[in-house]
Amino acid sequence: MTSNLTIAERLRRSGVSRRHFLTFCGKLMVVAPAGLALTSYITPQAVAATIGRARRPSVIWLHMQDCTGCTETLLRTSEPDLATLLFDVISLDYHETVMAASGTDAEAALKDAMSQNDGKYVLVVEGSIPTKDNGAYLKIAGRNGIDMLKEVASHSAAVISMGSCSSWGGVPSSNINPTGATGVDSIIKDKPVVNIPGCPPNPYVLLATVLEYATAGKLPALDSLGRPKFAYDRVIHDHCPRRAHFDAGRFAAQFGDSGHLSGWCLYKLGCKGPVTHAPCSTRHFNEVVDCWPIGIGAPCVGCTEKDVAFTVPIFTTADIKRPVPPDFYPAVNPEHKPISATATGVAGLIGGALLGAGFLASRKMNDGATKDEPKE
Amino acid sequence: MSTDRRAFFKNIAAAAATLTVLPTAALAREKKTAPPDAVGLLYDTTKCIGCKACVVACKDANRMPADTDGYGHGLYDSPDSLNQYTKNIIQLYKDGNEQSFVKKQCMHCVDPACVGACMLGALKKGKFGVVSYDVSKCVGCRYCETVCPFNVPKFEWAKAAPKIVKCELCKERLAEGKEPACTEVCPRKAVIFGKYTDLLDEAHLRLKNNPGKYINKVYGERELGGTQVLYLSHVDFEKIGFRFQQDESVPHLQQTVSHGIYKGFVGPVALYGLLGAVMFRNRGKSEKES
Amino acid sequence: MQTHAQPIGGPLFTRSYFVLLSIAAIGMALILWRFAVGLGVATGLSDGYPLGIWIALDVVTGTALACGGYAVALVVYIFNKGNYHPLIRPAILTSALGYTIAGASVAVDLGRPWNMWKIPTYVWNWNLNSSLLEVALCIMAYVFVLWIELSPAFMEKFSVDGPPLLQRWSKRLLPILNKSLIWIIALGMLLPTMHQSSLGSLMMLAGPKLHPLWLTGWLPLLFLMSCLAMGYAIVVFESVFSSRAFGRNPEIPMLINLQKIAAWGGLVFVAVRVADLAYSGNLHYAMTLDLYGTMFWIETVLWLLPLVMMLASPRPNLGSLFRGAMVVALAGALYRFDTYLVAFQPGPGWHYFPSVPEMFITIGLVALELAIYVAVVKRFPIIAGAARPPALVAQGSANSGATAFHIASSQERRQ
Repeated sequence: MTSNLTIAERLRRSGVSRRHFLTFCGKLMVVAPAGLALTSYITPQAVAATIGRARRPSVIWLHMQDCTGCTETLLRTSEPDLATLLFDVISLDYHETVMAASGTDAEAALKDAMSQNDGKYVLVVEGSIPTKDNGAYLKIAGRNGIDMLKEVASHSAAVISMGSCSSWGGVPSSNINPTGATGVDSIIKDKPVVNIPGCPPNPYVLLATVLEYATAGKLPALDSLGRPKFAYDRVIHDHCPRRAHFDAGRFAAQFGDSGHLSGWCLYKLGCKGPVTHAPCSTRHFNEVVDCWPIGIGAPCVGCTEKDVAFTVPIFTTADIKRPVPPDFYPAVNPEHKPISATATGVAGLIGGALLGAGFLASRKMNDGATKDEPKE
Repeated sequence: MSTDRRAFFKNIAAAAATLTVLPTAALAREKKTAPPDAVGLLYDTTKCIGCKACVVACKDANRMPADTDGYGHGLYDSPDSLNQYTKNIIQLYKDGNEQSFVKKQCMHCVDPACVGACMLGALKKGKFGVVSYDVSKCVGCRYCETVCPFNVPKFEWAKAAPKIVKCELCKERLAEGKEPACTEVCPRKAVIFGKYTDLLDEAHLRLKNNPGKYINKVYGERELGGTQVLYLSHVDFEKIGFRFQQDESVPHLQQTVSHGIYKGFVGPVALYGLLGAVMFRNRGKSEKES
Repeated sequence: MQTHAQPIGGPLFTRSYFVLLSIAAIGMALILWRFAVGLGVATGLSDGYPLGIWIALDVVTGTALACGGYAVALVVYIFNKGNYHPLIRPAILTSALGYTIAGASVAVDLGRPWNMWKIPTYVWNWNLNSSLLEVALCIMAYVFVLWIELSPAFMEKFSVDGPPLLQRWSKRLLPILNKSLIWIIALGMLLPTMHQSSLGSLMMLAGPKLHPLWLTGWLPLLFLMSCLAMGYAIVVFESVFSSRAFGRNPEIPMLINLQKIAAWGGLVFVAVRVADLAYSGNLHYAMTLDLYGTMFWIETVLWLLPLVMMLASPRPNLGSLFRGAMVVALAGALYRFDTYLVAFQPGPGWHYFPSVPEMFITIGLVALELAIYVAVVKRFPIIAGAARPPALVAQGSANSGATAFHIASSQERRQ
């Protein structure tokens, strides 16, 4: 039985080179330099040793109202490649997109996976769950998504919402939300739920979370929205490589203009970096440096944030919630509020009128200085 | 000379004698010195890199809002000088090749004009010689703003219940044994905190060990009666916004004159007595005339 | 010719009175707006110029113009010119109103006016070094004293014509007041001496921010002198106004005597100032014709002009006296205004000019003052020497109400 082997043993068996595995561990350390027990070691070798000792965590992956993008992002890892991933590091016991079975075989596979790892598997959910009309808008094998989710979650150890859709509803939930799409944590209340929003998120965040659970037996520290702090504790803006351009006031005004071509800040093109919590500034995609929206010159749309993504128009500028000083300076004696010309004019008129009236009145004073009858 | 005219001149003479106390009379007012527990700041323009970490730290420590009305594009906290939202600022002096950053905040003068001005003592020189502000005694008259030679106290023009805003050397942090926020974050230690006497020594040490690097003066040692915030600069102090170089403190002249006139309230009481006596005497006279 | 004070009588709500009331109403509406939007929006004030026309004009210049009562009181009670006595009541009324309106201006200008009550009551917090505290306390007391000094006028009317309770109290209080008036009037001369000179020492604290042509230890004396000069000018204006409007004898000979004091006083003022500038080595600033030098010369010329005018016209008439008084008032006003606003140098980059609403609040307050003045002189015995026979005041009460210093028909004798 291969299921009792440690990850290290399985990797050896599969012929995955140690170099490849160490590279993978290094990537995990980059994704989560702080906040995880797994990556708090100094060297990739130490991380590798920790992972190697663990047993493969069982993962059941459900698709709900999704585009499968979150699966795709996982497929875009080369280190480890998909096969290694599936069989050696995690035990992906049920995944509709990549598994071979279909139809009743697929349903049987799910039942088997659940019963063999009862109470121990990690449930990863991709896609939002429609709740309107009693969940009629998603049915698999005659069962609606809500029931399916509840059932599978009830036997799981923990639930991970992979992507914005399962974290808070995602694209399907945008106005007018015809299906009543919602995230996992509005339905599952009795199990720990980790939200990994993003459209799609960085796959290494998922891997780090799952492996942390496998090696340390606990989930990473979460923020108030259930997101792992190691990845979502900062906004893009605060880690953005283009921040110096923002601070210096160098903005691309139009796609393709010289500023845009020079890699200047995309704030004026609607970049939502200042209001988006996500690790993308420093953890890029497809394992290619600068392969992320801002890196290729497209303004961030805030895909992790429920109040931003698919709600605030892409080219609407973001609110800077905590403005800080720019990269330029005021002079020692700057010019302040100038004098209003209108006010000066009015004052001149009034002053002149009073003086003139006084002078004219004084001229008239000598005709009949003491009147016998009062004027009024 | 008629009785009337004689009386007239007598009265003038008496009034003049009572009123005229020469302002150049003997100095009744002693020169003030820094209190024994005085603390302060030492800012060195040669070390400042203009990173503005002190500006951000001050905003956070004092829970001040950002000033996005400034010269920036509405995106930044970009005041152009100290104002109702800003207790600490970095400005830049630049003239051709000559340039210097300068940090501006309250100078915590040894003999402050603002403290001399404030009617009910809302501004007071308190613990550690810090000039602190108590809004409960403030009527918002802005006299303190008028008289400060460094233009430090600022007024909340935009508010319905406005108060005066100025650096108070993070007095709450001082009470907890911490240093002010600005000195804590400065990455180059361009501004440092310490006992006033220690800082003065340090400043002189730097002048001695680096001839030619600085303008040979510690600004605030003597200027305007002395300030607890000291400056070392590589450019003229006027260029970085310090307009006044005189040794005499701002309140000295006014308080010497006022003390001379009102000392012990003798003058006013005597004048009152004189006025009453003259009127009393005249009363009889005028009745006789009618 | 009637020399007792009488209400002028006549209709109050004339067309020009409505104009005055409208201007006052606009001012009051703007004051409400100022409290709604804050000082930053309502005024041209800024951190560089925290004090503007509400202080420099309404308070500093306005209280000097309201020193008519002070000036006349000195002349009548100290220099014993009893024949000027008819000028006292209108002058005191102007003073009372002027100082009250100045107080209102302060309340409008303050950022936290709800703390004003702490000024006279928080005795243990008083900063005795503060000139502003002296000014505030002294003016508060002086307003109080002025209205008490004026109260006999109200009580004279109420003791014959008013609701029965008021009648009784007026009849009872009037003799008590008359007996203690001497000490109240003495206070009414002490207090302005104190706070008008303190208005000078107030700007002394601006120190190096005040241009050397104005910064001097003699500021208290110079402010006292300018206030007396402006008080004199007000006496002239009042005389002229009441003669034109109410047909009262303007007492030209008295005014000519007062003019002499003001004219020569102007010379003394300039002498003191120039001597001090020479002594302190600052006279050279007057040689540069920048803004400061120019204003200094304009002030100096205005101060000396009344003397020149007086010497040039050996037979002054009402018109020339009025013009002379205008120049004196301008000289004093400009000097005080300059000290507070023009000579004040906060540093480069700062500018101040009052906003239009700011100006109209000042104008509205002045209009209010004038409106109340007119109403009071028409209904209460303030103005003496009216051509009309007494309308509302019975002969007997007029005699008993007058003070012990009243001199009957003296001006006819002296003429």
